[in-house]
Amino acid sequence: MSLSIDNLRCVRAGRTVFSGLSVDVQPGEALILAGPNGAGKSTLLRILAGLLRPDAGDAQFSGVSLTSERVEFQERVLYTGHLDAVKPALTVHEMLTFWADVYDAHHDAVGPAIEALALARLADHPVRTLSAGQRRRLGLSRLALIDRPLWLLDEPTVSLDADSAARVAALARSRCESGGVVVAATHIDLAIPAAKTIDPGSFKLEATEDGVTADDLVLSGDAW
Amino acid sequence: MWSFANPNKFMRVSGKVLPYTAVLAVLLFAAGLYQAIYVVPPERVQGDSARIIFVHVPAAALSIMIYLAMCISSLVALIWRHPVADLSAKAAAPVGASFTALALVTGALWGYPTWGTWWVWDARLTSELILFFFYIGYIALWDAFDDESKAAPAAAIFCLVGSVFAVLAKYSVELWETLHQPPSLTIGGEENVHDVYHIPLLMMMAAFWLYFVTLWLVRVRMEIRSRRIRAIRLAAARE
Amino acid sequence: MRAFWALARRDLTLAFRTGGGGALGVAFFVITAVLVPFGVGPKPDLLSVIAPGMLWIAALLACMLTLDRLFQADVEDGSMDLLALSPLALELAVLAKCLAHWLTTGLPLLIAAPVMAITLSMPGEAYGPMVLALALGTPALSLIGAIGAGLTAGMRRGGVLTAVLVLPLYVPTLILGALAGNAAASGLDPSPYLMLLGAITLACLPLCPLVAAAALRLALR
Repeated sequence: MSLSIDNLRCVRAGRTVFSGLSVDVQPGEALILAGPNGAGKSTLLRILAGLLRPDAGDAQFSGVSLTSERVEFQERVLYTGHLDAVKPALTVHEMLTFWADVYDAHHDAVGPAIEALALARLADHPVRTLSAGQRRRLGLSRLALIDRPLWLLDEPTVSLDADSAARVAALARSRCESGGVVVAATHIDLAIPAAKTIDPGSFKLEATEDGVTADDLVLSGDAW
Repeated sequence: MWSFANPNKFMRVSGKVLPYTAVLAVLLFAAGLYQAIYVVPPERVQGDSARIIFVHVPAAALSIMIYLAMCISSLVALIWRHPVADLSAKAAAPVGASFTALALVTGALWGYPTWGTWWVWDARLTSELILFFFYIGYIALWDAFDDESKAAPAAAIFCLVGSVFAVLAKYSVELWETLHQPPSLTIGGEENVHDVYHIPLLMMMAAFWLYFVTLWLVRVRMEIRSRRIRAIRLAAARE
Repeated sequence: MRAFWALARRDLTLAFRTGGGGALGVAFFVITAVLVPFGVGPKPDLLSVIAPGMLWIAALLACMLTLDRLFQADVEDGSMDLLALSPLALELAVLAKCLAHWLTTGLPLLIAAPVMAITLSMPGEAYGPMVLALALGTPALSLIGAIGAGLTAGMRRGGVLTAVLVLPLYVPTLILGALAGNAAASGLDPSPYLMLLGAITLACLPLCPLVAAAALRLALR
């Protein structure tokens, strides 16, 4: 179950975010995305989640292609974005039961998932009454609820205290130890032994003839 | 045909075609209007007011044709992701909306001497009005997005959905009209569409069509250029 | 199927806990219908003629009212990203949300409509066909509305635009629905219009979620 990113290219609003991005991640390894704002960390994660279409290139996870088998690829992905995806009107327990139903996880996993991020005390409280950090933890507890091999984490530890951040890091570590792959945009150390760090924004290749995208055609100069 | 999807090629070819369509449109307008105003005799029942068909009919015909063309463009843009196809539909929309408005206004102007009132819920005028709303929706949708790469496919989807519902609306309006029976805009029966009307009408149709092609080419060229300018600005901002 | 019902149930729960379920929509429907006599005068013979049409217009406005939040709330808080990645096909997720939307807007109108028909002096023989027309037609309103809601889901202020996009799409449903009511009110057979109305809903059932899901995928980009 290795992840290989092959020559990925993304153009947004006429700007090449990255091009020629290639990297291989072995099972049990983590890929840490670093780099300044606008380096394309979130963009890369959304492409790997199949939410954004790359302008060129592909990615394969255990032989499944992102571009030609998007649905199968997505079935292996667990994505956590900037947003917590929680509803103020539901309780913590209801919220996780809902995601368990949608992701076809067992209801028995809901309790341990709540434990995993130390939310047991709040299980029957409406999300409305939770603080920002507690909501974040609730969002992240999906990591303990849903069993999928490829994790895509976008700044998972923002607004978390040290103890909760350590719990998230432990979850990510155990995912790697069980042979999964974790791709995370994060500034804290997840303490995963085998980790590669890349800056997506540093991948900038000259466009080759066959990799030319529609936008390039509009933008290329010789007609004017 | 796909080579037109390349903006550079499009700019080259359209630049060459543009003067011809523009000049031809002007010539046909002059000839058609002369025929329509001075040569064609007044209509038997409605008199001179029937001459408005020389504007009303081509405008109405084009309003439907342009929407169809936008649908084809949208389909091409959605399936093959050709950049000029998006721009082509976008450029055609305001022109189509204007022709639709023209058809509605001339319909009202024709309606007044005929019915004694500016508006009657005649099936064709009503369908034209609904088509106008689809044009407005399409243009509004384009304007509502900040990001053109999202606006284009969204507008294309709306265009295609709109075409299905415009046809549905047309048939339900016809059904609705047969039950409420308001008067309809026609020149009394079949004998009237004889040759004196036919030839100037065809000339005006051709003139309107060429006028549309000219405007459309100008607008697509403008869209391509404005993208180019934005790209240069972006590049400059990065350095 | 478990995911489908879970999503429909969640939307219903949210509607009841935050929006008062269908109560607000029904209140809007009732107020709109009550405004009609204020606008056109209280003459029963005039009201009875326009009653079916007015009830339909009030129904589609009530349906429109909650439409812009149909997907927007989920897009804004990130739930839609996760729904798009879930084993539940996005098309089915749209269908589940439409079902919840109809249960909280369309269904309550079926109960409120006969009451409002009394105040608008609708002829007695038109009650059954009118309710039947609403039952057949309002699911189409939710489904067609999903397309407009999907197209504007990523926008911060999509409310008015949703209305401008969706209302012209409602024209065939409105015409057929009002024709059914009018036919019954004047003693004619409303069944052809009811069948056409049912045909629209049946055609919308698979097609609208397909289109709305495509629009939603754009919003998530």
